[in-house]
Amino acid sequence: MTDRATTFASVEALIEPFNAKGVELGESTTFAGDLEWDSLTVMDFVASIEDEFDIVITMNQQAEIETVGQLVDAVEESKE
Amino acid sequence: MTVTTEHATTPATEEPKAADLFAKFAPLIRERDTLLETGVRDPFAIVMDEVKSPTEAVIDGKDTILLGTYNYMGMTFDPDVIAAGKEALEKFGAGTTGSRVLNGTYQGHKACEEALEEFYGMDHAMVFSTGYQANLGIVSTLAGKGDYVILDADSHASIYDGCFLGNADIVRFRHNNPENLEKRLAKLPPEAGKLVVLEGVYSMLGDIAPLDIMVPIAKKYGAMVLVDEAHSMGFFGEHGRGVAEAQGVMDQVDFIIGTFSKSVGTVGGFCVSNHPQTDFLRLVCRPYTFTASLPPSVVATATTSIRKLMYAGNKRAHLWENSKRLHKGLRNLGFTLATEEPESAILAVLLPDQEKAVRMWQALLEQGLYVNMARPPATPAGVYLLRCSLCAEHTAEQVEQILDMFEAAGKATGSIS
Repeated sequence: MTDRATTFASVEALIEPFNAKGVELGESTTFAGDLEWDSLTVMDFVASIEDEFDIVITMNQQAEIETVGQLVDAVEESKE
Repeated sequence: MTVTTEHATTPATEEPKAADLFAKFAPLIRERDTLLETGVRDPFAIVMDEVKSPTEAVIDGKDTILLGTYNYMGMTFDPDVIAAGKEALEKFGAGTTGSRVLNGTYQGHKACEEALEEFYGMDHAMVFSTGYQANLGIVSTLAGKGDYVILDADSHASIYDGCFLGNADIVRFRHNNPENLEKRLAKLPPEAGKLVVLEGVYSMLGDIAPLDIMVPIAKKYGAMVLVDEAHSMGFFGEHGRGVAEAQGVMDQVDFIIGTFSKSVGTVGGFCVSNHPQTDFLRLVCRPYTFTASLPPSVVATATTSIRKLMYAGNKRAHLWENSKRLHKGLRNLGFTLATEEPESAILAVLLPDQEKAVRMWQALLEQGLYVNMARPPATPAGVYLLRCSLCAEHTAEQVEQILDMFEAAGKATGSIS
C-alpha cells in the first residue's frame, strides 16, 4: 500500500465509531452531507485524527475540509 | 425605469428565487415542534413574573425555588448594592449613551475598575458591557494573524466566538486534558505567538480545570494564559479570586476574564491583568470600543458588590455546604451526577435523552423548582442534563425541600425508582 492508501485506511477506521448510519466511505464522501455529522461529532472526530497521527488540524483548516479525500490529503500534508 | 401596471401585478412566484434563509433551521424547528407537541413546556421560554429574593420567584402564579441562576453569592437583593444603584441612577441618569472611549466613561466606571484591581490584586482592569464581550474582545484582539489560540474543546461559546472574530489559527485540545494540551503545543511553531485559553469552572458539568498542571505547561511553551473565572469568582481561593488562586497559579496567569452577571449579581464583564500595556487594548478591542458602556447604576451596584465579596467568608462557606449537601442527597436518591464529588456550585444531573430531561425538568417545575435544562451543542455530544446551581442564600431547609422535590419528580417520571 502507498502511504496515502495507508492513511486512507486509518482514517476510515477512525470514522467507523462515528458512522452511525453505516455510510459507505469513498474519497468524495462528505462529512456534513453524507455522514450527517454535526459540529460536536466533527470536533470529537478531529481530536481522534490529531491523536492518531500526532498532528494538529486547526479549526481554520477544518473549515476547508469537506470530504474524506480532502481530510486524507490534509493529514498527509501535516505528517510531512 | 417605468414600472408598468402589468409588472406591478406579477405574482410573487416570478420574482428571482433566492434561497430561503430560514431553510437551514428546518431540522431544528422540526425537532422542537415534535418535542412541544408531546405537551411539555418549552424549557427555553420561562418567564419570571415576580422575583422575591435571590432564591425565590413566581412562575405562572406558582412560588418557585430558583436552582438555576448564576446568583451564587446572592448579591442581587443586597441592600447596600441596591442603595448604590439607586443613588447612581438618580445622580448620573439611566444610561451613558456612548462608548467607553468617547462619552461613556463616568467616574463610576473608573471606581468599578479600581474595585476589580483591588479584588484581584492586579494592576489593570477593563470593564466591558457583558462577560460575553470581554471574551469576544480579548481573545480576538490579542491573537492575530500568524498567532495561535489553543483552547479547551468544551470552551464557552464566547471564547469560540472570540476565535471566529479574530484571525489567529485555532487549535483545540481535549477537555481538561493536560497531556493533550502539551501534545498540541509541542506541534506548533516555537516562534509563533500563543494564547492558551482555560476556564476555572466549566459551566455545563460544573467540573474544575487542573490549572495547577495546565498553566505551567502553557508557560513552558512560552504561551500567554487567559483564564475565564466566570463561574468561580467570589468563592474559590482565599480572596475569592477563582480557581487559579485556589490552586496557587495566579502569578502565572496573564489575563483573568470575568463577569458581573454571576456572583456579582448584575451585568457586565471584565479583564484584569498585570501586563503594562493592558490599557492600550481599550483602543483596539472592537467589542469594547464599538458598544455603549454600562449604565451608571449597573457599575455602582457592581462596585459595591465586588467590595462586599472581598469579605464574604461566611457566605462562601455556606455555599460550599449547600453544594456538598445537595450532591450527596441527589446521589443517595439514585441520580447520576456529572462529577464524582461536588467541585463547584454547579451540579449537573445527567439524563439519557432530551425527552427524559424535559419531562424531569417539567415535573420539577410543577413541584415548584426551577433548574436549567441543557442540551448539545451547549453540552458535549450526547449529554442532556439538568443543571442545578446553588446560591449562598439557599437555606439548609430549602436544600432539603429541593431534595424532596427531586425525589417526587424523579419517581413520577421514572428517572429514579
